[in-house]
Amino acid sequence: MPKIVELTAAVAELVRDGATVALEGLDHLVPYAAAHEIVRLRRRRLTLARSASDQLTDQLVGAGCVETLVFSRIAGPDGRPPARFLDALGNDWPAPLRIEEHTHPAMAARYAAGAARVPFAVLRDTGTDLPRHTPTVTTIRCPFTGSAVTAVVALVPDVTVVHAQRADRAGNVEIRGPVGMQKDSVFAARASIVTVEEIVDELDPAPGSVVIPGAAVTAVVLAPGGAAPSRVHGYYERDDAALRDWAEVSADRERFGAWLDDLVAAP
Amino acid sequence: MSGPTAEEVMTVVAARSVRDGQVCLVGAGIPAAAAHLARRVHAPAAVVVHESGALDVRLGDGPLTDATVADRALTHVGVGELYSTWLQAGRVDLAFLTADQLDLYGNIGSTVVGEYDEPTERLPGAGAAAEIAAWSGEVVVVMAHRLRAFVEQVDFVTAVGHGTGPLDRGLLGLRGRGPVRVVTDLGVLEPDPETAELVLTAVHPGVDVEQVRAETGWDLQVAPEVATTPVPTVGELAALRALRPARPATAEESP
Repeated sequence: MPKIVELTAAVAELVRDGATVALEGLDHLVPYAAAHEIVRLRRRRLTLARSASDQLTDQLVGAGCVETLVFSRIAGPDGRPPARFLDALGNDWPAPLRIEEHTHPAMAARYAAGAARVPFAVLRDTGTDLPRHTPTVTTIRCPFTGSAVTAVVALVPDVTVVHAQRADRAGNVEIRGPVGMQKDSVFAARASIVTVEEIVDELDPAPGSVVIPGAAVTAVVLAPGGAAPSRVHGYYERDDAALRDWAEVSADRERFGAWLDDLVAAP
Repeated sequence: MSGPTAEEVMTVVAARSVRDGQVCLVGAGIPAAAAHLARRVHAPAAVVVHESGALDVRLGDGPLTDATVADRALTHVGVGELYSTWLQAGRVDLAFLTADQLDLYGNIGSTVVGEYDEPTERLPGAGAAAEIAAWSGEVVVVMAHRLRAFVEQVDFVTAVGHGTGPLDRGLLGLRGRGPVRVVTDLGVLEPDPETAELVLTAVHPGVDVEQVRAETGWDLQVAPEVATTPVPTVGELAALRALRPARPATAEESP
C-alpha cells in the first residue's frame, strides 16, 4: 500500500479481526481518530495493548471490539477504572473480557524486546503480586550470576497505532514533547499506522524530539485533531470537560449505546 | 489570602519532604505541585522528573501546566528509558506515590480489593508504583485518609512498602528506604524505625488523634509526642497558588 493513505483504508487493511493491536499514548497523542475507525469498521476479537488505558480503551471494550486487554493501568480523570471496562470484566457485557496485567516499566520493556526481536526482557524483581496472575511475567535466574530477575515476554503487535505531530511525504514521523512508549511500540510491531496533525514537505525536528524513520512506518494518515480530547503538544490542549463528561456516558449502557450509534453514523 | 484547603495542606507538607538537590520523580496532580513548590520555597536545586519522561523541568516563575512542563524540560526521554536507566538504576532520590489502599507496613494496593479473579472492587492497577516503591531512594505517599483505604493488610500487594517488617526490603533486594512518610489530609504517618509499622507522628491543625484513628483500619500507634503540622506559611501558599492558578483537573493522576 502507498505510504500516505486515508484512515479508513489504513485501518481496514492493517487492523484485522483477531489481531493484536497496540494503541499507545499516555495522556498526550492518544490516537482517538484511529480507535474510532476501528469501532466503525466493527473489528472483533482484538487483543488490545494499551499500557495507560483510559477512555479510549473503555470505548473499544464497550463497543465489543476487544477480547483481551493487555495493560498496566486503567483509569479515567477521577482515578477510577471506567464503567464500560468494569461492565465487561465483571458482567461479560457486551462480551467477556480477558485481561493481561503488567506494570508500565514491564510494558515498556516488552515493547523494547519486541522491537529488538529478542524473546523476552529482563527487569529487577520488585516483589509485586502481579506475576502470580499474569502468565507473561515470571522469575528466572541470571545465567551468569544466578541471581533472581523478572522476565517478561516480548510484545510484538500485528499493528501499532500512534498519533504524532508531523510527518513528511516519505513517511518520516516527528513526535514532540512527551514521547511515551510510542517509538518502541512502533518498532515492536509487524506493521504500523501513524496518524498526524500535519504532513509537510520537509521535517525540521525540534531538539529532543523523537523521529521515527519512514522505513519503520507502514502507513501515515493525515488526521488533524486525531488525538482530541487528549492533548497534542504544540497543537492543542486536553479537553478536560469532555474527558470528565465521558464518565456519565460510560456509566449507562443506553447512553453508551447512543454514543456508539452516533459514532458509527458519523461521516 | 484565603486559608489553605485540605489539598493545599497536603501539597505543602509533601513539598517539605523534598531536600535540596534531590532528584524527584513525580506524577501529575499533588506530587508535581509539591516538587515544584519545593523548588520555589526551599529546594531550588531539586531536579524534578515527570513520569511523562520530562527530565529536569524548571518552571521559573511560570505556572505548572502540561504545556509548561513539556516546554521547560531539559529533555524528554521515553518512559522505557525513564524507568530503566533512571528509576531502576537508582538515579531517583525521592518519589511521590498515591495509593488506593495502604496497609500498616506501607504496602500499596492499587489492583483489586478481594480476590484477583473475583474482585469485590477493581482498582486502576499498578502503573509504575511497584518499581517506584522498589527503586526510589525514598518514597512519600500522598493520599486522603479514609477508613476504606487504610487497611491492616492490602488484599493485593501492588507495590512493596516495608513488606511484613523492617528486614523485608533487604531480603527482597529492594533499594532505598521505601515509604518514609505518608501525608494525608489529616496528618502524617512515618514508619517506626524498629518495627517498620506506620505510626502517627503529626496531625494537621484542627485535627485530633481520635479522628485519625477512626479513619484507620488497624490499631494505629501514635508517637509519644504527636506534632501539629506547622500551618502553610504565606510564602508557601502564595507560591503554590502561583503554580496552579486555574487548578484544572488532571487527566492522569497516575502513580
